Amino acid sequence: MSSLGAHSYGSISQKISGIVLTAGTARWWVISFAACSLLTLVFFGAIGYLFYTGVGIWGLNVPVVWAFDITNYVWWIAIAMSGTFISAVLHLTRQPWGASISRFAEAMTVFALAIAGLFPILHLGRPWFFYWLTPYPNVMALWPQWRSPLVWDFFAILAYLLLSILFWYLGLIPDFATLRDRAPGRGAQITYGLLALGWRGEARHWQRRQSAQLLLAGLAVPLVVSVHSVVGLDFAAGNTPGWHSTIFPPFFVAGAMFSGFAMAMTIVVLLRRAFQLGDYITVRHLDNLAKLILAMGLVLAYSYVMELFMAWYSADRYEIYTALNRMRGPYAPVYWSLIFCVVVAPQALWSRRVRHSPWVLFGISILINVGMWLERFMLIVTSEHRDFLPSAWGMFYPTVWDWAILVGSIGFFGWLLLLFVRFVPVISMAEMRELLDHQRGAS
Amino acid sequence: MPPTDVRELPFEQDILSESAPLWRSLEELPERTASGSDRREPSSASPDCPTLDRRQFLRLTAASLSVAGAGACSRAPQQSIVPYVHAPPQLVAGDPLYFATAVNLGGAAQGLLVKSNYGRPTKIEGNPSHPGSLGATDIFAQAAVLDLWDPDRAQAVLHQGQVSTWDGFVEALSARISRLSQNGGNGLRVLTESVTSPTLAGQLHALLERFPGARWHQYQPINRDHAYEGSRLAFGEVLEARYHFDQARVVLSLDSDFLAGPGVRYARDFVGARRAGDAHPDPGRLYVIECTPTLTGSFADHRYAARFGQIETIARALAQAIGLPVAGVLDAPALPSGALAACARDLKRNAGHALVVVGDAQPPVVHALAHAINEALGNVGRTVNYTAPILALAEPQGESLRQLTEDMAAGQVDTLIVLGGNPVYNAPADRLFGQRLAKVGLSVHLSLYDDETSALCNWQIPEAHFLESWSDTRAFDGTVAIQQPLIAPLYGGKSAHELLALLLGQTASNDYQTVRDFWTKVRPQADAEALWEQALHRGAFEGSQLPVRPASVRSDFLRAPASPIPDDTQLDLLFAPDPTVWDGRFANNAWLQELPKPLTKLTWDNAALVSPKLAQQLGLANEDQIELRYRGAVLLAPVWIVPGQAEATVTVTLGYGRSRAGRIGNGAGFDAYLLRRSDALWHGQGLQVRKTGAKVPLATTQHHFSMEGRRPIRVTTLDQFRRDPALVAGDAHRPRPNMYEAVRDEGYAWAMSINLDACIGCSACTIACQAENNIPIVGKSEVRRGREMHWIRVDRYYEGAADQPRTYFQPVPCMHCEDAPCEVVCPVEATVHDSEGLNLQVYNRCIGTRFCSNNCPYKVRRFNFLQYADEDTESLKAQRNPEVTVRMRGVMEKCTYCVQRITNARIEAEKDNRHLADGDVVTACQAACPTEAIVFGDLNDPHSQVNRAKASPLNYALLGELNTRPRTTYLAKLTNPNPELLQTRVDDAKADG
Amino acid sequence: MAQVFRPEQIFALKFGAAVAFILCVAGILLWRTLIAESPPIDSPVAQIPPFSHKHHVSDVGLDCRFCHATVETAAFAGLPPTSTCMTCHSQLFKGQPILAPVAASFRENRPLHWIRVHRLPDFVYFHHDIHISKGIGCSTCHGRVDQMPLLWRTQSLEMSWCLDCHRAPEKFLRPRNRVFDMGWNPPPDQLQQGRLLLADYGIDPRRLTDCSNCHR
Repeated sequence: MSSLGAHSYGSISQKISGIVLTAGTARWWVISFAACSLLTLVFFGAIGYLFYTGVGIWGLNVPVVWAFDITNYVWWIAIAMSGTFISAVLHLTRQPWGASISRFAEAMTVFALAIAGLFPILHLGRPWFFYWLTPYPNVMALWPQWRSPLVWDFFAILAYLLLSILFWYLGLIPDFATLRDRAPGRGAQITYGLLALGWRGEARHWQRRQSAQLLLAGLAVPLVVSVHSVVGLDFAAGNTPGWHSTIFPPFFVAGAMFSGFAMAMTIVVLLRRAFQLGDYITVRHLDNLAKLILAMGLVLAYSYVMELFMAWYSADRYEIYTALNRMRGPYAPVYWSLIFCVVVAPQALWSRRVRHSPWVLFGISILINVGMWLERFMLIVTSEHRDFLPSAWGMFYPTVWDWAILVGSIGFFGWLLLLFVRFVPVISMAEMRELLDHQRGAS
Repeated sequence: MPPTDVRELPFEQDILSESAPLWRSLEELPERTASGSDRREPSSASPDCPTLDRRQFLRLTAASLSVAGAGACSRAPQQSIVPYVHAPPQLVAGDPLYFATAVNLGGAAQGLLVKSNYGRPTKIEGNPSHPGSLGATDIFAQAAVLDLWDPDRAQAVLHQGQVSTWDGFVEALSARISRLSQNGGNGLRVLTESVTSPTLAGQLHALLERFPGARWHQYQPINRDHAYEGSRLAFGEVLEARYHFDQARVVLSLDSDFLAGPGVRYARDFVGARRAGDAHPDPGRLYVIECTPTLTGSFADHRYAARFGQIETIARALAQAIGLPVAGVLDAPALPSGALAACARDLKRNAGHALVVVGDAQPPVVHALAHAINEALGNVGRTVNYTAPILALAEPQGESLRQLTEDMAAGQVDTLIVLGGNPVYNAPADRLFGQRLAKVGLSVHLSLYDDETSALCNWQIPEAHFLESWSDTRAFDGTVAIQQPLIAPLYGGKSAHELLALLLGQTASNDYQTVRDFWTKVRPQADAEALWEQALHRGAFEGSQLPVRPASVRSDFLRAPASPIPDDTQLDLLFAPDPTVWDGRFANNAWLQELPKPLTKLTWDNAALVSPKLAQQLGLANEDQIELRYRGAVLLAPVWIVPGQAEATVTVTLGYGRSRAGRIGNGAGFDAYLLRRSDALWHGQGLQVRKTGAKVPLATTQHHFSMEGRRPIRVTTLDQFRRDPALVAGDAHRPRPNMYEAVRDEGYAWAMSINLDACIGCSACTIACQAENNIPIVGKSEVRRGREMHWIRVDRYYEGAADQPRTYFQPVPCMHCEDAPCEVVCPVEATVHDSEGLNLQVYNRCIGTRFCSNNCPYKVRRFNFLQYADEDTESLKAQRNPEVTVRMRGVMEKCTYCVQRITNARIEAEKDNRHLADGDVVTACQAACPTEAIVFGDLNDPHSQVNRAKASPLNYALLGELNTRPRTTYLAKLTNPNPELLQTRVDDAKADG
Repeated sequence: MAQVFRPEQIFALKFGAAVAFILCVAGILLWRTLIAESPPIDSPVAQIPPFSHKHHVSDVGLDCRFCHATVETAAFAGLPPTSTCMTCHSQLFKGQPILAPVAASFRENRPLHWIRVHRLPDFVYFHHDIHISKGIGCSTCHGRVDQMPLLWRTQSLEMSWCLDCHRAPEKFLRPRNRVFDMGWNPPPDQLQQGRLLLADYGIDPRRLTDCSNCHR
């Protein structure tokens, strides 16, 4: 239970809205914002050159026609997993302790999802025709091809994005109202006033918001699962050895939760430090998150083992070769470092001391983020580069543009987060006040 | 005014009144040729980007973006239709015409049928009625059409490097001629490459008559001096050996690559006979003993690597085994014990149906020995005949060049006319041709390109391409074909005939007149006109092949002592023509530069080929740079390790390291001519090799050459096959359970069968496909990235011990799977099946997710990662096939079974309500294949060739276990090893481990 | 505390948002129509010289094939060379200013430039000959050319339009002898007739929608 004992409704609003409404801006914020802005420029610069020149600026080739582009996509969409899921599940299961982390977790989801959504378009040879994936009446009298997982993916992402934004915004409304009421300047008042959509805190408003949140939360959970199952199917529906496996959908959902929680952990620790939110985001939160991470890590480890087992059990020459090639082939270093990051490192979380020391958790979460990126790279590239005919085997080497877009996308993510923490309450004041009310009631 | 009014009004006056502004706007339209009415005017591949540097990027993408705009949603540009003023006869707008002609690329002629769209030669096919072609072509003939449109061709008369005019040249020359006619032509020299053209020879002889003091020299770097010398040694006169591989049951090749050329006829004869009656295959047997792996060696039932010097010993040993009174020796080193004896027994058993052939590089005595052996076996008249040489001048070319260069050095040459060729670049280094050229008063070079020789000559005259000029040329059997132009010279080029006519003072004469007159003189029959017409139409003069000459071997040379056994401790240096750029004349042909060399699969480069053992000794790996030091000359070259290469032998291929080839050829590879000596044209000893430590990046299209036990290529021996025919194919074509609906069995069902037992790996299919389907080239750096675009690639696998591997080739086009994995994953249905079983790729629907390529087990799909098609170079646009869309950046493409040929054939058939007959549709690869390894047709026609092929027990599907039900299937390879030698096979099978 | 916005302001906001939305939609639609194919449907295209199909077909009674000579034999219907025009116009209307461009073209051997009225994208391969021989009439795609003083496009020529026929050819098939008949109108029992003709011409309707028919 978060230690709100010392707080009153007023002090909560004071503390949290204060972060937003203070006139001055912290130095660390300015610096990191500058850095992220730079990377954001790199990101969009690279995209501009990509559209102008073609996907040939990446290291792609035949047989490796997907590499960083799809790796980044899966990585980001997995990060987008946790936010909505955490808050939705905690909301449904009436876990008040989650209130303090759900807000930025949702923000994280929205931003990561927005970025993830870019990559399927970026990776196209002719991106200006991406809308051909939508079924709309057209003079060609053609529809998209419903058998293709890419079409399912298109809809899954779209639905998830819309829902995440709604869910996030719904939570924000009362806080915007609070900011509107507390804002000193006329400009801020108007801005937050518009964003608050005329919220006046009537009982009717609260009641409707409650039911809407419940509804969306109910929708979110299955959607979260569907999104990542479909991403899994993008590969499982292919016949490429190393992809063609029914284990993929659940495997991807687990992986997504795993990296989602890891990224959440990374940000929690930073925020907590940056804004002295120790009272609201307590060690208990970190501890719970760490447990979730550990659990998911174990699920993931299990699916790795299963993959190997299935390869052997299928007695399929190509599957077996791919499995071995991952461990012994030219990309073996990738495989083993991801095993370390994803399977070995999290085992430290068994220890209570580790779970209670933020910076260790931070380190581990970073390792996991890296590991999960490597995992997707391994999954995609090692399967493609040596498939059926030895004569067609090849290698993939990233170019500077591959890196520019990866690093740039991370920078853009940071950029959005920084804007978010500066202009939007990072913790839901409304829910905090509810929480306080609960405690009072309890005592 | 509003449209409605216009329709009401009588049309005359008011339209005129409003037409004034329109007229201006019409003038603003880009001026179009008559072909402007062809809205399918194609743009084309970009051979001028060996490396895609930044500027290249921007240039290419600028174009692609504009297309992008159009593709998305921009107003379509207004087009104008421009009809003729007077329609030319027989030309139907949009429909192609075919003309018979012939090409001779430094060897023997191939007859051609050339396709012309709106007067633009666009595609070259073989001429079935020409003995040198029989409908097939080699890679060079296929690619020749690109040379015609090459933007780097010489386009102006140059005098001392300055642009001049033809008239200016005529003036300068006639002044010179008048002086020459005073002194009887002393100091006038003409240097040609090998001449088979009767007309040209006639002109040259006329020239020598007019100027008694003049001399005609003949030299080309890949010449047949040794073969001719060999026949002189054996018969006392120079004779041309004409082989009949279709009659031979057992063939022994001593370092001869007869399957690779010249031309394609020998390959057709040999493989054709071997395949006689697929039902009961009865292949002959091919023994090959060679220094460097070749196509012929890869095709052999028994192949042995031997060092160059050992071949003569082997030949002598064989001669003795046959029972000829040979001096010295006699056991054959290098060969496994008993191999030679067994081979000799085999030859004797098949006396009269055996044949021993020798490579042009081998010294004369080996050729002579072969003649003797063939005679002893009674092969003469059966598997080999002798005729007069097809060359008009059969004197030793090396000697001829020596005289010329020495006279040049002595200052006795004041007028040198170089007709074609590029001696400054490709003459032996010790002839110092370029240096001595400075001593020549007036030097003239007639050449397609402003090349190394042009740079050092006073005058460079742009030569007319063979598709631009009249001439005649002899096939391997002497048959004369008329070389008929399809288009007027693009850059006012001149032919050798015109230049010689000028020297002969026939200023008015053009090459048509010259050729025409020559033949009316030769055949002054009444029906000369008719004969000429017929020859033009058929592409060859009936019965003009050279008559067979009686020849008997003078055995005296047999008793002559053997040449000294070469020193085994020294390194051999071998020179060979490059498989794709030959002697360098194709260095600027982008298709050939990017065509993987059959055995190394290298593109855009040559390399120093070494055996695995030698590489091990010297600690060399692929792409390591080495320093070759030979008789004082030094050369840096990258290493490529070639299994099956003779030990202690370094082979370098000629034709690279050009400095003035053009934008494609400049700077590619290294110039092996720098090491070539007049007394060691093919082989030298005492090479020193040093590893420099540097690496030279090479672009290969196949990195992995082991089959990994996946058996993409199925091989069996004849005995094995007779014992259990079904064994080889195994279950590869057993129907498997399937949840997809069966493909309909009415209408047409197109399918292909590729016979691995006939495929010699020559890659003619790849080039033919490239020419037919507007396939762009991508440049070396892109190939290194693995982005080559060939729709049909030829895979090469090795099996067995590294020093004595078995080599297999496998052409891989799209399999057109009935249950195509690529189709289900495309989100926009850009790749779909049609009702005749074609797996289609709809470029204009493709958005480039590339999922289809991921899902293609055969990896035959090619992606335009960048804007590869050149949309700027006008001359290259003109080469494009208007029947095929030119793909833009970002779309997937692949083999279509030449859907444009199918559609056009079907439309023609449907117009007169008939069903397409077998053979009505011929794919480009099938047409070009010298050995008829590719068969295409309708599965629903029970009597079609393709059905017959697929009925064979050798038929199997590639990766059949994936149950994609490919329409393209393969016939397993069948080898026929000598039972006596099977032991050795077993041995190296053990060596495989 | 006091609300930031007064009710009328809130109304203004909501109303404004609605209007903005509508304007956006309208703008996009307008833009789409502006970038439509040119020259647009049903608007006559002025040519130099102002050639009148109406005059040559209705008044003079020329057959389509007199000028579009290869329409039955080749993919391209064929446009008459100037010499064809001169077969008549070396005598008729000689020296009329309206024919000056033709005469000039013939005299100076300079081709005429006609503005293309019926244009297909480069990736579409259309064959006139097969359509003619399978009983698709000129007027089906080109309209009543015989009534056009200046030519204009009557059909969209979009893929969906092609498919209308390729999916149900029986709706449009004619007897072969009526193919060049401008006045042909589908009989009341066209569907039956069409099906009969379908069989008679040996058309396999299943293949008509293969992509490979038009795209290569």
